[in-house]
Amino acid sequence: MTPTTDETRGVRAITWARRKQATAGVWREFARDRGGLIGLGGLVLIVLLALLAPVLTDETALEVTNTTAQPRQPPSAQAWLGTDRDGISVLLLVWWGARVSLLIGFSAALLSVFIGTAVGILAAHFGGWLSTTLMRFTDFFLVLPTLVLAIALSAVLPRGIGTIVLAIGVASWPTTARLARAQTLTIEARPYIERAKALGAGHRHVIGKHVLPAVLPLVFAHTTLVVANSIIAESTLSFLGVGDPSRPSWGGILQAAFNSGAVSQGAWWYLLPPGIGIVIVVLCFTLCGRALETVLNPRLRGQR
Amino acid sequence: MSDVLTGIEQPADEEAARGAPRGSGAVRFLLGKLGSALLSLALVVVLGFLLFRMIPGDPVVTMTRGRPVSPEQLAELRERLGVDKPMWQQFVDYIGGLLRGDLGTSYLFQRPVADLLTERLGPTLLLVGTATLLAIVLGLWFGIRSAWRRNSRFDKVSTGTALTLWSMPQFWLGLLLLIAFAGVFPSGGMRYSDTPPDVFSQTLDVAYHLVLPCLTLTAAVYAQYLLVMRSSLLEEMNAEYLTTARAKGLRDDLVRRRHAVPNALLPTVTLVFLQFGMVLNGAVAVETVYSWPGLGLLTYEALSGPDLPVLQGAFLVLAAAVILMNVLADLLYRVLDPRVRAT
Repeated sequence: MTPTTDETRGVRAITWARRKQATAGVWREFARDRGGLIGLGGLVLIVLLALLAPVLTDETALEVTNTTAQPRQPPSAQAWLGTDRDGISVLLLVWWGARVSLLIGFSAALLSVFIGTAVGILAAHFGGWLSTTLMRFTDFFLVLPTLVLAIALSAVLPRGIGTIVLAIGVASWPTTARLARAQTLTIEARPYIERAKALGAGHRHVIGKHVLPAVLPLVFAHTTLVVANSIIAESTLSFLGVGDPSRPSWGGILQAAFNSGAVSQGAWWYLLPPGIGIVIVVLCFTLCGRALETVLNPRLRGQR
Repeated sequence: MSDVLTGIEQPADEEAARGAPRGSGAVRFLLGKLGSALLSLALVVVLGFLLFRMIPGDPVVTMTRGRPVSPEQLAELRERLGVDKPMWQQFVDYIGGLLRGDLGTSYLFQRPVADLLTERLGPTLLLVGTATLLAIVLGLWFGIRSAWRRNSRFDKVSTGTALTLWSMPQFWLGLLLLIAFAGVFPSGGMRYSDTPPDVFSQTLDVAYHLVLPCLTLTAAVYAQYLLVMRSSLLEEMNAEYLTTARAKGLRDDLVRRRHAVPNALLPTVTLVFLQFGMVLNGAVAVETVYSWPGLGLLTYEALSGPDLPVLQGAFLVLAAAVILMNVLADLLYRVLDPRVRAT
């Protein structure tokens, strides 16, 4: 008997209702964690500010040719955070730098989590020599110094945002792979997977309908931590000079400051804001991630 | 950094999954570990070739990017680097060179890469070694006390500080310390040129230059150890053997020192070794800020070329160092944990 469309819709509705319920439960648990809430609030605010930068500020003021201010001036009424080596307002630079840093952080994290989840699920689902090889590779990449690998990659590829994203993504996927593999293994050991297989479910059905929905929440919690890591990695790479010079991220601003002698001149207003930006964003992501992990991993509950 | 949250169970997981061999365990264990380390080394060597020879397409074009060079110069450079030969021939030459300890010639420094690397290895070892030791002492001390008095004010302050330090890019912390201590400590390098040549003054001078870079590197690393130590001690806190120890009438201090800490120490010690790659990451950034003449600064200098032979050499050395630390971690784990030895 083939199910009628009505029945299918009924099943779907039940699934969605359950998912909604589960999400509400997760949210309630999450809201109990004050750190997590603070982190989330901070992130929402920062992302909104970054998105609204073209509306709230004037991009043309970032052009060297349009500026009339003196270079390297300490904070004043005109430039709240002082000016940089070309006389551009540091506040404006940091505001626009947030867009680049966040964009790269999110994209690199997505790439890394995508590779990691795919490798982890495949390794756990298929087993055998494929699993051995994949995990061998994962362990190998896990111990390699990520930054050194990313430096190597961005040195040999053409400069640009894409290269940085690729370098960070390729260097940082192994932790996600281990997580996804462990979770897939526990899911696939459960009886309902055996039932599905007995009813004739193929690899695609098992992975798509059963494994993925169970793995994704944990991976999502983990992603917040990966984004934080990616933002730090991006700033370090840019500071070392492999970033995109035409669109300075927070790391790029710091590189310009360092190279133009801001340290020896004691130009603290040039060095502090981009770094504080990084610390706040990373801290927010870390707080969110820790709260989410506590919610999704009951073993950790009551520890923190 | 997520390793702190998820990584603790990994080593034990792995031992169970692999099903350690019985019988003359020690020898087989050792051979197995050495074998897998050698395989990793081989992978590093291949990856080094892939990264610096195959991905760039024409390495010479990459290296001379943005500089005016005549076709003759390009051809000459190609010949000297050996990149005009077919790929397989290049690979054979590369392996042969590695076996002879020949890593090519630097393009920026015009010197053998192997010489450059050995020259820069010492300062990096000094910096990384001192910082790791300091970080272990600080991280364990604070971590143990935080976990023992969980949710106390001490715990909140020390964990909060650790999380903040951890969220900081190390190079930025370095820049801040440089500004804060301008004039008190030297702003870079490893020694003053006018220091008397006797051993005592030289040591003092290097130590004086070491203070800031070492502090910077320690700050992020100790934070990691603290969080790991704290969470692994928290996992032990509810164990029944602690109740037994208390029931015996042991002082709280002794329960902690003799019973809880030794057990919680295991995952932390392994992680100290496993996270060695992270320390090296930090070293690259810190050495750049303080122009500490180690492998990290060499990498930074080579990036401006990019001087591919030097980058390749530095990559190989740093990756090999991490693999070595992993073997040590495995061996140490076996020595420290009787449960692993018994299987």
